[in-house]
Amino acid sequence: MRDLLRDERAWAAALILLAALLPAVAPLTDSPAAVPLATRIAILALAASSLNLILGHGGLVSFGHAAYVGLGAYAVGILHAHHLSGDPLLGLVPGTNDPLILLPAAVLAGGVGAAVIGALSLRTSGVGFIMITLAFAQMLFFLFVSLKAYGGDDGLAVRRVAPLLGLNLRDPATMLWLALGVLAAWLVLMDRIARSRFGRVIAGVRQGEGRMAALGVRTYPYKLAAFVIAGMGAALAGALLAIGTRFVSPEMMHWTRSGELMVMVILGGLGTLVGPVLGAAALVGLEDRLAGVTEHWQVVLGPVLVAVALFARGGIVGGLRRLAGWRRRVPVALPAGGPTPRGAAPDA
Amino acid sequence: MPEPVLALRGLVKRFGGLTATDGLTLEVRPGEVHALIGPNGAGKTTAIAQVTGEVAPDAGDVLLLGERVTRLSVAARARRGLARTFQVTRLLDDETAEGNAAMAVQARAGHAFRFLRDAARDPRLTGPAREALARVGLPPARWTIPAAALSHGERKALELAVALAARPRVLVLDEPMAGLGAGESPRMTEVLRGLKGAIPILLVEHDMDAVFALADRVSVLANGRLIATGTPAAIRADPAVRAAYLSEDEAA
Repeated sequence: MRDLLRDERAWAAALILLAALLPAVAPLTDSPAAVPLATRIAILALAASSLNLILGHGGLVSFGHAAYVGLGAYAVGILHAHHLSGDPLLGLVPGTNDPLILLPAAVLAGGVGAAVIGALSLRTSGVGFIMITLAFAQMLFFLFVSLKAYGGDDGLAVRRVAPLLGLNLRDPATMLWLALGVLAAWLVLMDRIARSRFGRVIAGVRQGEGRMAALGVRTYPYKLAAFVIAGMGAALAGALLAIGTRFVSPEMMHWTRSGELMVMVILGGLGTLVGPVLGAAALVGLEDRLAGVTEHWQVVLGPVLVAVALFARGGIVGGLRRLAGWRRRVPVALPAGGPTPRGAAPDA
Repeated sequence: MPEPVLALRGLVKRFGGLTATDGLTLEVRPGEVHALIGPNGAGKTTAIAQVTGEVAPDAGDVLLLGERVTRLSVAARARRGLARTFQVTRLLDDETAEGNAAMAVQARAGHAFRFLRDAARDPRLTGPAREALARVGLPPARWTIPAAALSHGERKALELAVALAARPRVLVLDEPMAGLGAGESPRMTEVLRGLKGAIPILLVEHDMDAVFALADRVSVLANGRLIATGTPAAIRADPAVRAAYLSEDEAA
């Protein structure tokens, strides 16, 4: 039982199962908004978890992750728009409203976008990398603002997405279950990757490029692969966001959105499995609560984030671990000097 | 004479007006422990950096197993069989000792585009990693501890284990004794003695007890130039070497 409590995978599974019960519980407590809110959290948790692969595990501070969320959302929005108008995209690709095509198309768009941007950005490092990923994201943002054919500033409505395997995605409960299912599958993938040979190389990139070079590892291809996987996860989140909210706009790729994703990852716990999920829940939940109290809710949010940064190293997961006295190895954000030998138990 | 496993041929490196490496020629032969010594500021660190590929020489060549590697990157040289330890240890601090050694095994095993299998439970990685850890005398109880939490002496030993786990053709040791305690230096010397003959070693070291206990040949560097190469006994007796170290004593 103690082992189960220590295992982040058990935590993630429990959280997702609890969230899946919401549609049954929400009507009893007269809070119908809880289901769409949980859907939003699940989708943003997916986006944050994808960022965590490069930011948390790889230590690559990509400050433009919302761009890939936007690419996925626009893949859905644009294909859907062509489905409505009937004329094919670029005269070649017919539009569609079938989620079985929309979702893979979004993942492909995010992957291609991340491959191009990553291939160029990963030739830099440090502050240069932060700035160039931000610059590319802003370029995409302004590109979609200026694309009047797809609504420009106003964005696109995504009204009629066909049922997915007979499931009506306009039903809030169905949408929540879809988002949770995708999130669960994604977290399984992230957990496997983190433990794999590939994941070890990515963690090695964070811990010391010099050491990796001395071992004979050329890290660039691995960093690029991680960047592409992260872009695909973000695009999947973007597609779900587009289908769930039935709306796509350039605002989804604004740099402040990228910042929010970073906050979720850092708040939840860099390089942890369940951290980005908790971070997304905390940020979106806080925003939802505070926005109901005052429109200047960010005034309250700011100090909360500063407090977390100062007092809860390792984010929410790090704080929980300390509270519970968990002895599992924390990959990142250890207090200076690292854990005591006594506090470090074997992983098995 | 067998072909040297590592050869430096007329290496020159200038930093502005300072010639840090001045026509350095040196060979490490199969199975030999070749020590590179010299007073502070003699250019040992710069010479090592050109061997491993961190610094590109202005002139001259580096040959690894007969192949010219002068223009190759650090990683490319490592893949060709050059392993090293660092004077100031560079380990993957969040990984366990075993994880650090396993990373070296993994790097040797080819590409790491393997996404799903748990590397910590892969005997093809953990087996050779544990072998290397045992070889440097790190007790098994310490294998599962993050590198950041190990003592300085343990980290020095782990660096050597990481280098050995890569199954190197040539080993470059940059001051393996630096900062070791009175009990630890002799232990490290014993571990290195155990490698003698099996792996050719270029040893840069300040600890003269260790140098004379281990080296088959010793090269002495002063002001970027090689002033002597020979057996430990010959080097001890060499007047030029005495002069170089004496002048350091006077300056101190």
